[in-house]
Amino acid sequence: MEKFEKMTAIVAPLDRSNVDTDAIIPKQFLKSIQRSGFGPNAFDEWRYLDHGEPGMDNSQRPINPDFVLNQPRYQGAHILLTRKNFGCGSSREHAPWALLDYGFKVIIAPSFADIFFNNCFKNGILPIVLDEAKVDQLFKEVEASEGYQLTVDLSAQLITTASGEAIAFEVDAFRKHCLLNGLDDIGLTLQHVDAIKAYETRRQAEAPWLFS
Amino acid sequence: MAGKTLYDKLWDAHVVRCDDNDTCLIYIDRHLVHEVTSPQAFEGLRLAGRKPWRVDSVVATPDHNVPTTGQSAGVAGIADPIARIQVATLEQNVHEFGITFFPMNDPRQGIVHVVGPEEGATLPGMTVVCGDSHTSTHGAFGALAHGIGTSEVEHVLATQCLVQKKMKNMLVSVDGPVGPGVTAKDIVLAIIGRIGTAGGTGHAIEFGGQAIRDLSVEGRMTVCNMAIEAGARAGMVAVDEKTIDYFRGRPFAPKGELWEQAAAAWQELVSDSDASFDTVVRIDAASIQPQVTWGTSPEMVVAITDTVPDPASESDEVKADGMRRALEYMGLDAGMNISDIPVDKVFIGSCTNSRIEDLREAAAVAKGRTVAATVKQALVVPGSGLVKKQAEEEGLDKIFTEAGFEWREPGCSMCLAMNADRLEAGERCASTSNRNFEGRQGQGGRTHLVSPAMAAAAAIKGHFTDVRELQNI
Repeated sequence: MEKFEKMTAIVAPLDRSNVDTDAIIPKQFLKSIQRSGFGPNAFDEWRYLDHGEPGMDNSQRPINPDFVLNQPRYQGAHILLTRKNFGCGSSREHAPWALLDYGFKVIIAPSFADIFFNNCFKNGILPIVLDEAKVDQLFKEVEASEGYQLTVDLSAQLITTASGEAIAFEVDAFRKHCLLNGLDDIGLTLQHVDAIKAYETRRQAEAPWLFS
Repeated sequence: MAGKTLYDKLWDAHVVRCDDNDTCLIYIDRHLVHEVTSPQAFEGLRLAGRKPWRVDSVVATPDHNVPTTGQSAGVAGIADPIARIQVATLEQNVHEFGITFFPMNDPRQGIVHVVGPEEGATLPGMTVVCGDSHTSTHGAFGALAHGIGTSEVEHVLATQCLVQKKMKNMLVSVDGPVGPGVTAKDIVLAIIGRIGTAGGTGHAIEFGGQAIRDLSVEGRMTVCNMAIEAGARAGMVAVDEKTIDYFRGRPFAPKGELWEQAAAAWQELVSDSDASFDTVVRIDAASIQPQVTWGTSPEMVVAITDTVPDPASESDEVKADGMRRALEYMGLDAGMNISDIPVDKVFIGSCTNSRIEDLREAAAVAKGRTVAATVKQALVVPGSGLVKKQAEEEGLDKIFTEAGFEWREPGCSMCLAMNADRLEAGERCASTSNRNFEGRQGQGGRTHLVSPAMAAAAAIKGHFTDVRELQNI
């Protein structure tokens, strides 16, 4: 996993609540056995005017000009600003894979669905929860100013706006440590092999039917 | 000291270690695997030269991509080449790593959340994970069960553990008995309508109260299945005699002396009477009517006797905007009667409602009646080969086919339309599945979530109907 430290980038606003993982990456693209290549199909049903299928040349497909991410001013955005309960529904990790492949490294919302939130950290994406009033303010600022950028500093847990306003955010200490260092969870867990084995020995005595 | 909730007990029994930040490793007893969310996890194991920690804890079956006709041809019979590769990849992976597997033409194959309990691979008191959000289903048996992403699938394969922080405790108590004609599906849709799709975020929900205790274990599975639609990764119901009886004699269940020992331990899997919950929601069961969703989120739900809600009467502007968007997508006008909405297709199946009890419930409505001429297709897709077999022994397949329903082979089918079963743009479906998101059942398709009985009633009438009228209630 790539390390996440500090970034300054254009912000794209997706002004909807309850954006589900079916919308982020529709089911027909889940048939891939790879982890990469989902970016061109992120938000496929909103982004294109035709029906997308795996294997199509996406550069030849008709673009939906009304979809916000298709607007020229948001090209190259690495920060997604959205509304509450982002990423609800299916546990598909293809959703963060698609967002990351599209270019998003940070997602800001008033709340996230649990599984999606967790999946983001496993892939080097930083999901940031801010209160609704602050998210509202950022939506207004993004829409008012073309090329609007934010700076996100994970180690300081601060977002800085172009006007210099600093917004603090919370992040779990363990997840922060993993993101900052690009750490693989499995490697960390395997440092505790003895504890896992000790648990198994104890548990097998208590509940042998679980090991039969 | 306050007592423990069921979730507290399950959590405590599975903690391997915690760091000083309360991030814990919890031990996983059962890992269910299907073809869609596992290939990248197996590839990760291979690249790192790792092996599954406890291969006997893993059970796999293909479900999302499998066609619901011609399954006897096996993987080679899957017409879609990309889907075929994905199912074939699962077969290669289970063989390479030595994992218990129910392939396409095995009678035990089916939707992973139907197969797990049916085989006794899910047991009370277990931690159960699967790369699928509807893993919450297994909580119906007093298990701690939740969906995980593919990175976590790899993590559990490699370490038998998950990295987790403890969730909060939520109790949803459905008090008193439900009225006649009201099913488990109506109960859970009413709960989601009440608490919203983010109502359970950060919580493990225990469903309790008389209406939940009165349900069969199959009905409890329907309720826990949709805990994720209320935002909770895990839903659960306390163990009682019905739970224990369900597992007697199932292939993976303990036998003999071990059975006695297990069954005694399972009795403890209830919340203590003095346990405290962070959040408590009480719902009067008698107030619950048969439910129909009208929008593009499971929380957009009303009773069959209601009308389509009006965004103009919603004071929250973001919410009103979402309602307007949903009405436009669904092709509905505020104020119309739910019972006037016509349907093009009907889908009875999915991990929410494809068990034998669901099929009996739908067949009782379909019996001696005919699918309306305006309905283009009415599918019945049993949840597993064994459910299919039992239904056929009971003659349910004949009832359905004589009424004009199509009787299919097991799989996830039109719940998410990864196989050939799908809605075309603009088509409206009465569906017993769990998600009415935009495009879920096919791009531009319009999904209304209902119970199996309500879906059968919609098929017969050609529009949503209060099933109680057909049941003479």
